[in-house]
Amino acid sequence: MKRGWILPVLAGLGFVFLYAPIVALVVFSFNESRLVTVWAGFSTRWYVALVNDRQILQAAWVSLQVAVASATLATVLGVLAAFVLARLGRFRGRLLLTGMTAAPLVMPEVITGLSLLLLFVAMEGVLGWPGGRGMTTLIIAHTTFCLAFVAVIAQSRLRDMDDSLEEAARDLGAGPVRVFFDITLPVIAPALVAGWLLAFTLSLDDLVIASFVSGPGASTLPMVVFSKVRLGVSPDVNALATIIIAVVAVSIAIAGVILYRQARRRDQGG
Amino acid sequence: MRQTAPLAADTRPWRDAGATPFLRIQGVGKAFGMFTAVDDVTLDIHRGELFCLLGASGCGKSTLLRMLAGFETPSAGRILLDGQDMSAVPPHRRPTNMMFQSYALFPHMTVERNVMYGLLREGLGRAAARERAREMLRLVKLDGFGARKPHQLSGGQRQRVALARALVKQPKLLLLDEPLGALDKKLREETQFELVRIQETLGTTFIVVTHDQEEAMTIATRIGIMRDGRIVQVGEPREIYEAPDTRFVADFIGSVNLFEGRVDVAAGDGMRVVTQDLGPVTLRHVPGLTAGQTVWVALRPERLALGHSEPDTPNRFRALVEDVGYMGQLSVYRLRLPGGRLVQATLSSRAMDDAPISWDDEVWVSFAPAAGRVLTQ
Repeated sequence: MKRGWILPVLAGLGFVFLYAPIVALVVFSFNESRLVTVWAGFSTRWYVALVNDRQILQAAWVSLQVAVASATLATVLGVLAAFVLARLGRFRGRLLLTGMTAAPLVMPEVITGLSLLLLFVAMEGVLGWPGGRGMTTLIIAHTTFCLAFVAVIAQSRLRDMDDSLEEAARDLGAGPVRVFFDITLPVIAPALVAGWLLAFTLSLDDLVIASFVSGPGASTLPMVVFSKVRLGVSPDVNALATIIIAVVAVSIAIAGVILYRQARRRDQGG
Repeated sequence: MRQTAPLAADTRPWRDAGATPFLRIQGVGKAFGMFTAVDDVTLDIHRGELFCLLGASGCGKSTLLRMLAGFETPSAGRILLDGQDMSAVPPHRRPTNMMFQSYALFPHMTVERNVMYGLLREGLGRAAARERAREMLRLVKLDGFGARKPHQLSGGQRQRVALARALVKQPKLLLLDEPLGALDKKLREETQFELVRIQETLGTTFIVVTHDQEEAMTIATRIGIMRDGRIVQVGEPREIYEAPDTRFVADFIGSVNLFEGRVDVAAGDGMRVVTQDLGPVTLRHVPGLTAGQTVWVALRPERLALGHSEPDTPNRFRALVEDVGYMGQLSVYRLRLPGGRLVQATLSSRAMDDAPISWDDEVWVSFAPAAGRVLTQ
């Protein structure tokens, strides 16, 4: 079949539409000039400025800790939720659990953030915990909304998984808990790595929920960037954004490669 | 007809009414909501048998097998294995093992680790388990493949790993769910004999679920035919083929020509049945039939004789050859009776060398009185 020229042109337009802003940002992060829109030659001075900016380094450290902690928690809880939904069949409250697990996928972030803030304030009044808003509340909030993504990925992988693998292990003498750790978990592990990476990037990116539930001293990177930009765009933000894009792109690429290789292995009937 | 040599009674314990069965399935049923998958099945299976549960898909044979493995709980009845009630025993504590239709090899473990898995769960040491696994892989002719992952094996090799893994714990009972179903035809035929060889070497009791009647006939000591959740007939392959109890079984195993008719008179050691399509036919006497009763005469295609000259037998008919299918050693003839009914006959191709029968020939069809089986249902 002759492809013609229409398809490549449309694809090209699509790529330009998607990636032109990012490319512009990356290019201008190497700009010598203090003026963001005027090109004055190549320089890495804004990256140097970034490294010397204590506020930004502090925020990056907070973001990283929150992202790692909440991605890990979300993965553990997400797998449990997915396992219950995919394996336990019908039980009382199943529909409610399905809905609640998926809710953060469709809920506007503003609402998620606001409801979590109200919860934390109320909890503090009643239980005296968590004392003030900061890293802990950030981690809890991010776990809540990342859990949904992990659960969806893990659930679809569990559904694809041949039930007889678990039955075979039981048949060979493994109790239910043993089966979960020996068979189920290793088989769905690639999906969990992908889920963890996705949760990690989602947490790293989040601005809205973080703005609600974070407190003084626990500003995340997106919060700092946002407040800087409100005072006018400075070129060091471009440099920062370029680094974030690199980190996120690498994570997503790894997740993609893992899922792809797993799917291919399955097609070969492994 | 060649008779098989009579075997000592102890090799066919099911023929001995006094023998204690190894596995007793007593009135077992399974319902899923409104649907009855298995309905009041009672079956005795003896030690060392290779028993085939044969039936079309959805007949309940897999559900029955899964109840034996413990993956489904019977809604009724009980299962006794070696005298012990299995009802409350979870799958991981049963002395049975199962070979799954999909093989269910653990994709993240090597072949050797797959085979070792059951032994390690039993508490066997790693070194001893590895030794036993290697031994078992040698038995299924896979030595040297231990370090591979399942996805690096061919379909036939995977099938053998699954068999080795199920056998390595030396189960009292091995359950096989369509063990040859995923193999291509040629490999399947070779593997049938391989399976029998392994079963005879180890002496383990096998229960095989299959929908392939040829496979069941080839490998089984006895066959249980299932339909709509019930066992309709149990017997040795030869018995099932030569002496089916019902039209369903006669038709399910091999091909058959069925003629509806009424019992006319019983004369001496013979009897007469008046059929719609063939008129009166003379058959061997069957006790317990009354004159006027509706019966069906089952005639296997290979029991019919064809010839150009009129044969000297009471059961002879004229027919027109409508189609000839040459299948190598056999030829299949489709014959049209004067009444319009089609009849199938199978003859050895060699027998036709002298007087070939071809399309549109008018021929004589005949059969001996002992060739027809009278069925009442």
